[in-house]
Amino acid sequence: TMKGSVISVLVVLAVLDRLAGGLEHRSYDYTKYHTMDEISAWMNQMERENPDMVSSMIYGQTYENRNITLLKIGFKSTTPKKAVWMDCGIHAREWIAPAFCQHFVKEILGSYKTDSNVNMLFKNLDFYITPVLNMDGYIYSWRDKTTRLWRKSRSPGTGNCTCFGTDLNRNFYANWGMVGISRDCCSDIYNGPTALSEPEAKAVTDFLGAHQNEVLCYLTIHSYGQLILIPYGHPNISAPNYEELMEVGLAAAKAIKAVHGTSYKVGTAPDILYANSGTSRDFARLIGIPYSFTFELRDKGNYGFILPEDQIQPACEEAYQGAMSIVNYVHDKNFKSAATTATLANVF
Amino acid sequence: MKTFCSVWLLLSLVELSPAPPASQEPPLACTGAPDPAPPQPETAEDMASTGDLEPTHYPARRAAQVALHYLNTHHGSPFRVFGLQQVHKASAEDVAAGGRKYKLDFSVTDWGSGSAGPALRCSADVLFPRTERHSAPKVELHCEALQQINSTAQEDDAFYQKYISPDSTVSARDIPDSFGNMSEEMQPFWRLARVAASFIMLRESSENTEFNMAKVASITQQESSEEQLMLEFVVLLHDFPSQVTHKHTHRLWTLMDTEAVCVLTVCVCSAGDRSVEAAGVLVSRQRRQGPADRVAAQMPSRHQTPELTL
Repeated sequence: TMKGSVISVLVVLAVLDRLAGGLEHRSYDYTKYHTMDEISAWMNQMERENPDMVSSMIYGQTYENRNITLLKIGFKSTTPKKAVWMDCGIHAREWIAPAFCQHFVKEILGSYKTDSNVNMLFKNLDFYITPVLNMDGYIYSWRDKTTRLWRKSRSPGTGNCTCFGTDLNRNFYANWGMVGISRDCCSDIYNGPTALSEPEAKAVTDFLGAHQNEVLCYLTIHSYGQLILIPYGHPNISAPNYEELMEVGLAAAKAIKAVHGTSYKVGTAPDILYANSGTSRDFARLIGIPYSFTFELRDKGNYGFILPEDQIQPACEEAYQGAMSIVNYVHDKNFKSAATTATLANVF
Repeated sequence: MKTFCSVWLLLSLVELSPAPPASQEPPLACTGAPDPAPPQPETAEDMASTGDLEPTHYPARRAAQVALHYLNTHHGSPFRVFGLQQVHKASAEDVAAGGRKYKLDFSVTDWGSGSAGPALRCSADVLFPRTERHSAPKVELHCEALQQINSTAQEDDAFYQKYISPDSTVSARDIPDSFGNMSEEMQPFWRLARVAASFIMLRESSENTEFNMAKVASITQQESSEEQLMLEFVVLLHDFPSQVTHKHTHRLWTLMDTEAVCVLTVCVCSAGDRSVEAAGVLVSRQRRQGPADRVAAQMPSRHQTPELTL
C-alpha cells in the first residue's frame, strides 16, 4: 500500500541517518565514547573536511578482516618528511585511549591555522594516528555488558585451547616471550602462539619497518594508571637514551599536571608497573625509533577501565599537553635551525 | 536509639575465572570447586628490593595498596572509600620468620572528595608472609587525623534505615555501566561493594599482585529482617600484573547493635556445603562515642556455624 511504502521509506531514512552518526547535522561529541562505526565515519569526515591536511591509509587487516586505518595529518610536501606515530586502543577495554586519539586529531586540526607552533609541526612533521588499532576487540567490548572488559584480539585459540584472543601488546618481536607473559591461551597476557601471529601486530610492524627512517617518535596510548612508560619492559635491558627518555617523560608529566593537577609517574615498565615483553613500544625502540613512550591515561583504579564520560574531556586535555610536550621536544631536536629561522622570519 | 554499626561480611567461594566471554549467572549459594590458588604471574618477579625503596616504583605502591585495602575494611562505608594519593617513603626488609616487611609513609584521599579533599598522612607496616600456600598479608596501620575527618555516620545510618525495610528489594547490575555512569542512588552501594571487596583484595594480595575493583557485576538484596540488611555482591577485581579480572561473589550483612560498639566479621563459605567458617579477621570499628572494644559474635543461626571468638 501507499502508506506502507511511505513508512518503509521513513524507516530507511531514519536508519541511514543513524548510520551516518548524524555527522552532517550536528558536530561530533568528543566527550562521549563512540562505536567503531561512528569512529570510522568520523575518520572519513576528517579526511573530507581537511583534504589538504588529512589522508587515510589502510595498512593491514584485523583477524576478522577489518581494514586497519590511520589518518596521516600534516602539510603535504614533495620531499619526505619526518613523522610521529600514535596508536590508540591496542587493548579493547581501554576506551579512553581511542577517545584521546580523536581528541588529539580534533585539537591539531582545530588549531594549526591559529597556533604557530602546531602550524610549524604540520610543516615539518606528519602525524600517523590510528584511533583504534584492535578494532575486533573494541567492537567486541561494545557487544554487551559482559564483554566490556575484553582486552585481547579476537583470533581463535590454537591447538587444544578454546579461548579467544592474544594480547597484542605482548605479540611484537621485542624480546618476545621472555617476561610478563602467559603461555596459557586463556590468559589476558597470552603472547600468542608465535611472535607476530596477530595481523594487527604485523600491520604495525610492517608499517614502522617501511617508515623506519621517518618516524622519530612512537606513542602508544593505553589506560589506566596515570603513567608514562619508557623502554624496555625487561628489567635487565636499558635503552641507550634512558636518561633522555626519563627527562622527556618527566617534562611531559609536568605538562600534564599543569592542566588539572593530575599526577603521572614516569619510568620503565619493570620499575613502575611490571616487567613485560613483546610490547609495541619496545619494538619501536629496538628498530631505532629514539623516542618511544606508552601513555597510561586516567585513572588510578577508582573507575579503572570504565572511566566515566564526564572525565573524557579533562583526561584528554591533560594527556594532550603531555603528548605535545614530547612532540615538541622531538621536533625541536630535529628542526632546531628551522625553528629559529621561522621565528626570525616572523620578526622581519 | 538503635544504631547500625555492625557489618557482617560473608565471602563466598572465590571464583578465579577470567573475564567471561558470555554472560554467566553468579551462584547465589556457596558451591563449586575448592578454593583455587590466587593469581600468580607465569614468571616470578624479581623481588630483591630491600632497604630503601623508590616511592614511585611498584613494590612500594603494591604494599601501600594493601595498606589501603586494610584501611577501607576498617574505615570505609557507603559514603567513604579511600584511595592512594602518593607514597612518600618506603623501605623493605626480609624478616626472620620468612617473608618481607614493608614500612610505608603515604597519603590517602577520600575518593568522594577527589583531589579537592584533604589528604590524610598514614604510616603502615605490611608483612607479606612466605608460606607454601598463600596467606594474607598482615597490616599495621596508623593514619593521622582519622578521627577528625567528617564522620559519615549520619549518611550511613540514613542509608541503612532506608533499605532495611522488609519491602526493600534492591537489585541492580553493572555498576557502573559501560560508560562509567551510575545513578546517585547506586553510589553508596558501589562504595559498599568496594569496601567489601577490600576484604577479598586484602586477603588475596601478595607482592606479585595489584588489585582494584573493576566493576560491580550485580547487587542483590537478600531477605532482610528488622535488624539485618543483607546484600549479595558480585564484583570483578582487576589485577595489574596478570591483567586478569577475577569474579568474586560475597555477601554483606549489617546488623543493628544497641551499643555503640560494632563488629566487622569476614567469613568464607566452605565448598560444597552451606556451613560457614570464619576467615579469622575480626576487628572492632569505633563508632560515635563508643569505646573500641572486642566482642565475641555469633553468625546468623541459619548457617549453623560455631560461635566465633577472637
